[in-house]
Amino acid sequence: MSANQASLAQSPLRQGLTDGLPFVLVIIPFGMLFGVLAAEAGLNMFEALSFSVVVIAGAAQFTALQLLNEHVPTLLVLTSALAVNLRMMMYSASLTPHLGAAPMWQRVFIAYFTLDQSYACAIAAYERNPQWTSQQKVTYFFATVVMICPLWYAATAFGAWLGNGVPDGLALDFAVPITFIAMIGPMLRTGAHRAAALASVVLSLVFSFLPFNLGLMVAGVGAMIIGAQVELWLEQRQVPQTGGADD
Amino acid sequence: MTEISDTALWTVIIGLGLGSFCLRFTFLGLIGDRPMPEWLLRHLRYTAVAILPGLVAPLVVWPSATDGQFDIPRVTAAVAALAVGYKTKNVLFAMLAGAVTLFSLLYLLG
Repeated sequence: MSANQASLAQSPLRQGLTDGLPFVLVIIPFGMLFGVLAAEAGLNMFEALSFSVVVIAGAAQFTALQLLNEHVPTLLVLTSALAVNLRMMMYSASLTPHLGAAPMWQRVFIAYFTLDQSYACAIAAYERNPQWTSQQKVTYFFATVVMICPLWYAATAFGAWLGNGVPDGLALDFAVPITFIAMIGPMLRTGAHRAAALASVVLSLVFSFLPFNLGLMVAGVGAMIIGAQVELWLEQRQVPQTGGADD
Repeated sequence: MTEISDTALWTVIIGLGLGSFCLRFTFLGLIGDRPMPEWLLRHLRYTAVAILPGLVAPLVVWPSATDGQFDIPRVTAAVAALAVGYKTKNVLFAMLAGAVTLFSLLYLLG
């Protein structure tokens, strides 16, 4: 609690740097793993690094690399990896009310740096700090990626240069889920948020048989609808008598 | 094993880069600060809690490190991280709780 209250007093820049910090520990092994797998698939360091700089999306990169390695037709590789990245479009829509007023050149860079990590940090921070101006929100956003992204590139290159296994006794596979789960907890502020999160888990497990990671899209859209409906329902229960007769 | 051809590799790198950028830019770039309808905003408020839990749920229930076998240390660590994050609203405490639970259980049960 006190840590959270203290953070309210900090500038957007400092908050962004602080919130991005935990991901540094995760992004290094994750980036190295991509570099190592790329090297094993025959990519040189420049090719592996280009992959991470141009695409800058962990899960989609792993998908594309694996399918390339299996000599799947190029068009199918592209479609599958883009499907994995479809959630970025929803992130972009969700950030628009906060960052849409920024100058075009800033929005271009924000789009490039839209990652699971920066998005999750930003949405949580914007809900904590509703008084922030558009420029403060932009500053916060860039502060979260200032360390994550260079380290993602560097770790990829280092892994490709190293070219053999990262020690797997450390259960590093679970570092990525843990960081996201830790961020989800504080986001569950209302019944509507909790209902959406629960629906997301159930739907993604039920629809995990769908190809191209489309189960996540079904879960995402379904859970957003459930969140919105529960919000409406809770609002109506709060004001039972007074009109409020829109739907 | 045959090598990945340069053409295929660079087509995928550039195509995926451009495609991902378009996905990330569509709304933010084209809508900008034009107002969006209330029903859409109501749904977008739940984007984070609608996507992130679904993203990690399969990784928790069917972890790749155990070839998809249900794993008690990983599920318990996930529950611990979620519970501490929910209670304390502190992301760092939550990560710590998850990591400590995971390593202790892997040590005790392993």
